[in-house]
Amino acid sequence: MLKLNRRSFIKATGASAAMGAIGGLTFPCIAGADKHKKVVVVGGGSGGAIAARYIKHADKTIDVTLIEQNDHYYTCYMSNEVIGGERDLDTTRFTYGELQKDGIKVVHERASGIDAKKKMVMTDKGGSFPYERLVVSPGIEFRWGDIEKYDEAAAEKMPHAYKAAGEQTMLLRKQLEAMKDGGTVLLVTPANPFRCPPGPYERACQIAHYLKTNKPKSKIVIIDAKDKFSKQGLFTHAWKKLYKDMIEWIPAADTGGGVVAVQADKMKVSTEFDDFSGDVINMIPPQKAGEIAQAGGLTDNGGWCPVHLDTFESTIHPNVHVIGDASIATGLPKSGYAANSEAKVCAAAVVAMLNDEDPGVPSYVNTCYSLAAPGYGISVASVHRLSADKSKIEKISGGLSDVEASEETLKREAQYAYSWYDNIVSDMFGARS
Amino acid sequence: MLKRACLLCLFLWLAPSVNAEEKQPENKIASVEMLTGTCVACHGVNGSSAGPATPSIAGFTYEYLLSALLAYKYDDDMKALDEMLEKDPELEDLEVLERYGTIMGRISKGYSMEELKVIARYFSKQRFQPAEQEYDADMAMMGSKLHESKCDKCHEDGGRSPIDDVGILAGQWAHYLRYTLMDYHDRNRDMPSKMKKKLKEVWNDYPEEGIEALIHYYASVKK
Repeated sequence: MLKLNRRSFIKATGASAAMGAIGGLTFPCIAGADKHKKVVVVGGGSGGAIAARYIKHADKTIDVTLIEQNDHYYTCYMSNEVIGGERDLDTTRFTYGELQKDGIKVVHERASGIDAKKKMVMTDKGGSFPYERLVVSPGIEFRWGDIEKYDEAAAEKMPHAYKAAGEQTMLLRKQLEAMKDGGTVLLVTPANPFRCPPGPYERACQIAHYLKTNKPKSKIVIIDAKDKFSKQGLFTHAWKKLYKDMIEWIPAADTGGGVVAVQADKMKVSTEFDDFSGDVINMIPPQKAGEIAQAGGLTDNGGWCPVHLDTFESTIHPNVHVIGDASIATGLPKSGYAANSEAKVCAAAVVAMLNDEDPGVPSYVNTCYSLAAPGYGISVASVHRLSADKSKIEKISGGLSDVEASEETLKREAQYAYSWYDNIVSDMFGARS
Repeated sequence: MLKRACLLCLFLWLAPSVNAEEKQPENKIASVEMLTGTCVACHGVNGSSAGPATPSIAGFTYEYLLSALLAYKYDDDMKALDEMLEKDPELEDLEVLERYGTIMGRISKGYSMEELKVIARYFSKQRFQPAEQEYDADMAMMGSKLHESKCDKCHEDGGRSPIDDVGILAGQWAHYLRYTLMDYHDRNRDMPSKMKKKLKEVWNDYPEEGIEALIHYYASVKK
């Protein structure tokens, strides 16, 4: 059969419409052939917004629908500055207007299910969205129940402030503001894997920065479920240099594996060995892939989504791709920049596959800054490629910033962190010229 | 019959190329979109940075960009770079000056020469968009005169031109230019001898505000 491009299709349908008028004939098979290819993207964050935009940008003829429950988005990155009081929450808020201008259909409903056989996404409002390829970028969900008695009600007293920034972020901020000088902040951190590996430790810095200036007799105790953590050398160096003894880190080995239970009404957490009390308790629970990934049957026993690393297509359901924190992107961290990079690899693959082309060679990158204080930035960066056996996204180059970096370098890295932010949110939500 | 013969020809013609591709996957590199996609979340969409500390890289010459990338890639082994350049007839005349970077040394080592060429080529073809930024009009006026007398011979057209593989100054982020000028001053970044002479004149003759005036002038250029 002839392959129709848009123009020849218009001619064909024009002719068939004319013929239909004359002879009552229609050609439904031809009408079907022109149907624009349909991509649905679920989740409008670091992964989803980029995937939607890069698919549409690469092939304007593809119908792209973004399903995102909120009409705005608060970035997780920079939310630690909000908690430390250095930034207004409003500066981390973005909307989807520019994506609509790109020609992306943005639907503010909550995706509630995926029918992988019928290739359909269902929403809480009863909507159903057919797709040829689906990109799921749902972020994380907490493993409520893994920590005894830590549930959504307990999170109102012991905020996690670790999903999309917003109410939880402000709750933690307000608790810190209300805390007396000499108080103790407990920061409970989860085992791997979890979103934003340096996030909790940057948060400790930002809280310490606030306390040092406003409540200098206070202290922060990090109760970790791990024995080591991201950028550890850089963070511990910064803690010592900037905050002296204000931050204490307790590795898993010292507590028998970290926090196992909470008593929210008593502001107490328990490990296998000891109990700890805090005036403010920031409880970051263990995590798994976002709800829709669970509901859609995209997760393995560990709760995360196995994918082919060259296309991010699910190894469980064909035609469904999973990117961002929810996916098992072996070799890449669960970071915002990695989600951005995965989204671009996935977008190129989706466009190629819809056009019956080879998905091409992927290239991946991660860059992550942390702010230990205003004017004190540290970073990790890496460039990756797919390993020959496609089993992992191997690091080609990269590394940490220098522990002995000069004042000027630390200052610059802090400024680069802000410009990193300006550019990544512009990639996601900014105007395209 | 004729048709079938043609199809057979076509098949025979296609077959070896498919095999060759299968045998040599290591020769395949990522597409230009894929490679440059890894840059833009820091350097801005199409290479026009949305943040003041990260430079815009759109519209610089291919040679300028490649030279910068190679300076970072070989920051710990300039000898290896010399050997590499000698082997590549296209790059024999490329001048690579040492430059200080916080993160690009870690990143650029992740790309092959072939990939860096693709990246440099792409950004050289993007349009440089002057940054939206504030400036002091009096300082900019003084800077404009200074530029005219000290810099415009190489950084032509008021600092807008990338010709002869110089940096585009006019419309670049002031914040970033301040870093580069500090690096030149502190000898963390190498420069051509002509430039050394001219910058020295600025530092000596206008120690208080010469450099700032130039930066305000470059920030004032909007097109």
